[in-house]
Amino acid sequence: MFIIGELINGMYVNIGAAIKEHNKKEIQKCALEQIASGADALDINCGPASKQPLEDMPWLVETVQEVTDKILCLDSSKPKVIAAGLAAAKNKTLINSTTADAEKMDLLIPLAKQYKSKLIGITISAKGIPQNKDQRLELAATIVASCAEKEFPIEDLYLDPIVLPVNVAQAQMKDILESIHEFKIISDPSPKTTLGLSNVSQGTSVRSLINRTFLTMAVANGLDSAILDPLDKELMDALITAELILNKNIYCDSYLDAYRKK
Amino acid sequence: METPLVLEKWPGIISTVTIGAKKEEGGTCLNPVKIGGQNTLPLLFKEGNTPNKPVVALEVWDIPPQDWTEELMSVYGKALNDPFAWAEKCVNEYKAQALCLRLQGTHPDFGNKSPAEAAKFVSAFLSKIKVPLVIIGSGDDAQDNRVIPACSEAAKGERCLIGSATQDNYKTFVASVLADGHSIIAESPIDINIAKQLNILISDMGLSLERIVINPTIGALGYGLEYAYSIMERARLAALSGDKTLASPFICFVGQEAWRAKEAKADGEQGIIWETITATSLIQSGADLLVMRHPSAAQKVTQYIDNLFNK
Repeated sequence: MFIIGELINGMYVNIGAAIKEHNKKEIQKCALEQIASGADALDINCGPASKQPLEDMPWLVETVQEVTDKILCLDSSKPKVIAAGLAAAKNKTLINSTTADAEKMDLLIPLAKQYKSKLIGITISAKGIPQNKDQRLELAATIVASCAEKEFPIEDLYLDPIVLPVNVAQAQMKDILESIHEFKIISDPSPKTTLGLSNVSQGTSVRSLINRTFLTMAVANGLDSAILDPLDKELMDALITAELILNKNIYCDSYLDAYRKK
Repeated sequence: METPLVLEKWPGIISTVTIGAKKEEGGTCLNPVKIGGQNTLPLLFKEGNTPNKPVVALEVWDIPPQDWTEELMSVYGKALNDPFAWAEKCVNEYKAQALCLRLQGTHPDFGNKSPAEAAKFVSAFLSKIKVPLVIIGSGDDAQDNRVIPACSEAAKGERCLIGSATQDNYKTFVASVLADGHSIIAESPIDINIAKQLNILISDMGLSLERIVINPTIGALGYGLEYAYSIMERARLAALSGDKTLASPFICFVGQEAWRAKEAKADGEQGIIWETITATSLIQSGADLLVMRHPSAAQKVTQYIDNLFNK
């Protein structure tokens, strides 16, 4: 499982303040903690409060890559902010994200190619959020087709089915999980799959339990990657155990420690 | 049109373990051997690097063996009564690259030699015999826990391979090996889960995974060989896929198992074949160090290794 740590995000109070005050230490601490807990990549998002994302994004990129060479997941809905992050990045990158809208894909896919970046495609469009599995698949196919047409390597594409809060869209959960499996058979080579996990528990009272239950089910459906909070130890334990049950690692009594030693 | 080879690229690599230390490294060994270091499955030379050939070590005991078959007794003859003569015969006559010294005489039922006696013997052995050395106890846990620390200390700096640590008895072994600069044999009962767990337990004590050699425990031809084979293959696949806790070379006690088979006991020539086939099969599943008994079988296996590797 390719784990993207979600905590460097300006919407969190400590990170928002650190961005504002240019407090490198706070950001770097957050980066290293996530890596120590198993993050393979770090999401970087200036947050909605950032007034100058074009400057904040490169500053965050530079700050984080001072302490790690892990992949940076540049998270913004504005292609210009992503471009500014890519230009500053020495580490490998993952663009988070393009939608299935032509005007976004026409900007971001060439940008991903130019910087040899991986790319997350979320199955959403200007028409709104998909309401069922078929709409998700249609949007996914649109993204895959656009990548193929622009000769972007499909194995570097991560499709995100868009996770909705369980208390908002309970009827859609099964469709979301099944989409993960079906995205994989859109093309050969297969695209990869990812999702922003925490959204599933947004507004609920038992967030951690819902997160880890959903993640376990998503892993069983073939999920390749997730954007999550790696500091949630129970979540990580559930993930490691789910992968164990799928025979991805060999069991031993200390399999949790063994996984973390990797 | 030529069909292209399908080549896997693995992210993992088996650790390299050196046995024996030269004079400049603080030991007295003339030709240390290296095992492991490959980043591909056995014998797939086009797929990755296999820097070290499997090594054959002949077994030498500190006392004359009681339960060896007629064939084994007669091939070594009187030398069995003198471990030094036995070892010299292995090195000079049979060109053994390495030896495995079994301290059977320390077993409560077979002489009950004291730790001090055993340590003195190991010192004398090292001063006479200059090939890389595997040292193993008698298999009696309580006695091994007293004998192995003494012998490990006596061999300090020689970078021996010392065994055998098991899941229920590893702490004393690890502490000694750690203090005296050796590597350790981690033995599991044909069980990949325990092999992995034991490697973790050992590395948790501070001995790096690069100083562990796995004894997966094997069965001879007709006695579970294929079971051992599949366990070794599965461990190797996991290691090459990136599981560092299983990325250790394998030591296989081929002679011990092969000569227990009734087919080997029945007829000497058949015994040699039994030991040879057991060894060559295990080489194909990833064995890195083969501890053998009959010099003719060892010679055939060495020849087999040379034929495979010197293409």
